[in-house]
Amino acid sequence: MSAAEEALLTAAGLTKLYGARIGCMDVSLDLYAGEVLAVVGESGSGKSTLLSLLATQLRPTHGHIRYRMRDGVVRDLFTLGEAERRFLWRTDWGFVHQDPRLGLRMGVSAGGNVGERLMAVGWRNYGRIRGEALAWLARVEIDTERIDDLPTTFSGGMRQRLQIAKHMVTAPRLVFMDEPTGGLDVSVQARLLDLMRGLVADHGLAVVIVTHDLAVARLLSHRLLVMRHGRVIETGLTDQVLDDPREPYTQLLVSADLRG
Amino acid sequence: MTDAVAYNFAYLDEQSKRTIRRAILKAVAIPGYQVPFPSREMPMPYGWGTGGVQVTASILGPHDVLKVIDQGADDTTNAVSIRQFFARTAGVRTTTRTSEASIIQTRHRIPEAPLAEGQIVVFQVPIPEPLRFLEPRESETRQLHALEDYGLMHVKLYEDIARHGHIATAYAYPVMVEARYLMDPSPTPKFDNPKMHMSPALQLFGAGREQRIYALPPYTRVVSLDFDDHPFARTRFAQPCALCGERHTYLDEVLLDDRGGRMFVCSDTDYCQERRTTAAPEARNERR
Amino acid sequence: MVATDTALVTVTGVGKTFVMHLRAGATLPVLREVSFEVHAGECVVLDGPSGIGKSCILKMIFGNYRIDAGSILVREGRQYTDVARASPRDVLRLRQRVIGYISQFLRTIPRVGALDVVAQAARDHGLEAATARSRAADLLARLAIPERLWQLPPATFSGGEQQRINIARGFVAMHPVLLLDEPTASLDQVNRAAVVEFIRHRKRAGTALIGIFHDEDVKRLVADRAIDVSRFRA
Repeated sequence: MSAAEEALLTAAGLTKLYGARIGCMDVSLDLYAGEVLAVVGESGSGKSTLLSLLATQLRPTHGHIRYRMRDGVVRDLFTLGEAERRFLWRTDWGFVHQDPRLGLRMGVSAGGNVGERLMAVGWRNYGRIRGEALAWLARVEIDTERIDDLPTTFSGGMRQRLQIAKHMVTAPRLVFMDEPTGGLDVSVQARLLDLMRGLVADHGLAVVIVTHDLAVARLLSHRLLVMRHGRVIETGLTDQVLDDPREPYTQLLVSADLRG
Repeated sequence: MTDAVAYNFAYLDEQSKRTIRRAILKAVAIPGYQVPFPSREMPMPYGWGTGGVQVTASILGPHDVLKVIDQGADDTTNAVSIRQFFARTAGVRTTTRTSEASIIQTRHRIPEAPLAEGQIVVFQVPIPEPLRFLEPRESETRQLHALEDYGLMHVKLYEDIARHGHIATAYAYPVMVEARYLMDPSPTPKFDNPKMHMSPALQLFGAGREQRIYALPPYTRVVSLDFDDHPFARTRFAQPCALCGERHTYLDEVLLDDRGGRMFVCSDTDYCQERRTTAAPEARNERR
Repeated sequence: MVATDTALVTVTGVGKTFVMHLRAGATLPVLREVSFEVHAGECVVLDGPSGIGKSCILKMIFGNYRIDAGSILVREGRQYTDVARASPRDVLRLRQRVIGYISQFLRTIPRVGALDVVAQAARDHGLEAATARSRAADLLARLAIPERLWQLPPATFSGGEQQRINIARGFVAMHPVLLLDEPTASLDQVNRAAVVEFIRHRKRAGTALIGIFHDEDVKRLVADRAIDVSRFRA
């Protein structure tokens, strides 16, 4: 099996318990390069817990995650040292938060935000850092004149696109997104999703996106996980799960979606 | 002399001195690393050099000669107060001459005169953490130091260049110590940074309010941060000292009147004085 | 039934039942024992009254609907993949390389212009960007979509225009199997003729086509065989 056919990330039996309370239970999945996996469910379904586990922000009670590093070696993520984990976090992964203020430094200029990860991996030429920042601002359709402006002066949609640029700058292979379109106007959402589609296509990104919005899932993802009460109740091709839902809860979710 | 009997030598009790010396030893063993220490109540408020005073108190011996400067001058209120404090509580000899001192406690300057092996410089530090203004969480900055994760400091310098066209940080300019720890050299002007590199003297840093001690043992490599295309540049002054004619010292601006009259003089008063007294006999010879 | 040499799609014993949990689990059996095969170069038409399950069959072949019983073997080079048992990745690969689908409805992404919508389908199939764009342009021109519309997102187009974008998207890549669900529904005479020509061209190129046509004239012009789906009513 060639490297392109091997899974990028494999999670097995992921479980997170808070005493008796279930965060998520026995979740297994594979993720491949160039594909978008959506995790949908309502509040309390465990989708955000799952995302945090996959991104190693939380430690599981049971289960493990194997990840194929850039050098091709498959590692168990929870055996990585803190320095290795941070390096991975900083170079090979991106995490786009629902609230861009969590993913940006609001007191640092747009250019500084985009350049930060480069400086963290040792870039020491101001001109090159700035050049890279300009290129990415253009790529996410932020006016390059605003490179020295603070994100506090940006709209919600711009902040979100800046957050994406900030993470893309080190060419990550895996991006986690937590309700990235939450709170944005419909036209702004469309622009953001269009950007994501382009990035996935152009860079062969793998994406795990948590969303409660089925339209976002349909637009962006190839495969879907439906979660309820911490468990995956249905999974498969996005269009199949949404057009021919099998489980009662999935049918309920789909029928309740106003846009269809 | 009843005053000297009323205090323990150099004010602090021996146990406190031991604790602080242990912290100093750790600091010397790990150049640039901030060692926590339990700061004692001193007879001066926080922000007035309690860290530096505690370090000095802990290392002072009866045969030491102490110099105290504040922004380079021996004769400001703070410098005078601290010098008198130690004169009273330890009875040690004090001096204004850099070359005569075994311990030099300083606020915000390094003496111009080259230092020698055996001398100790004690710096007063307000905020020991160079990343504090960018990352307010102590838990996070400790992790960053542990993991040598210093990209954030370059972000600050980047911001300077973006905003001002050059690195505008004029004092407390961040340095890398032995290519491992990022350090705040205390609010000394960046002009003084090169003096820290490979100095024959021991350099100790005390932050009383923040309860941290760090150190540069003699002959430690200290490199100021910069970018390839914006290298660290020393401040240059356009004119020489108006009193001694020196071209390569750090100058203070002194306002003479309320009509805009000003002159630039060496901030290091002892150095300037030395130059003038050594020059004067020659001038007298010439006149003869 | 075993796949014969030239059969690109072999449907064997396929059944489909919907279970509607929102209606207290009421089951709706639609199809049973659906069996037929389609060969390279032929156009098979699915006949039968409305609601009998013709679209359902196409959707099952495409992997859009689940298959409850039986198998659907699709030829991929020298191998066969059973859509009924294929993993999601396998189905995605089949859609990219083997099976094209012209549905009745155009689901588009906001902000992507008509030309890019069509060109993207060609790129997904493996064509490089410049070729994809020129082929897309060619098809749009042949379907009489004016150039001034090419940069506009099709969401604002008329029903007929959207249908033609759909058709262009389906024909721009050279999928060996092509599924067509009412492709000429909203078209005028001229455009219907263009579609008929596309279908004939593909037949000559060895594509296996399975289509649903309500227009008798078009059906007569393109169909090699008709399958009466009411035979398979559950």
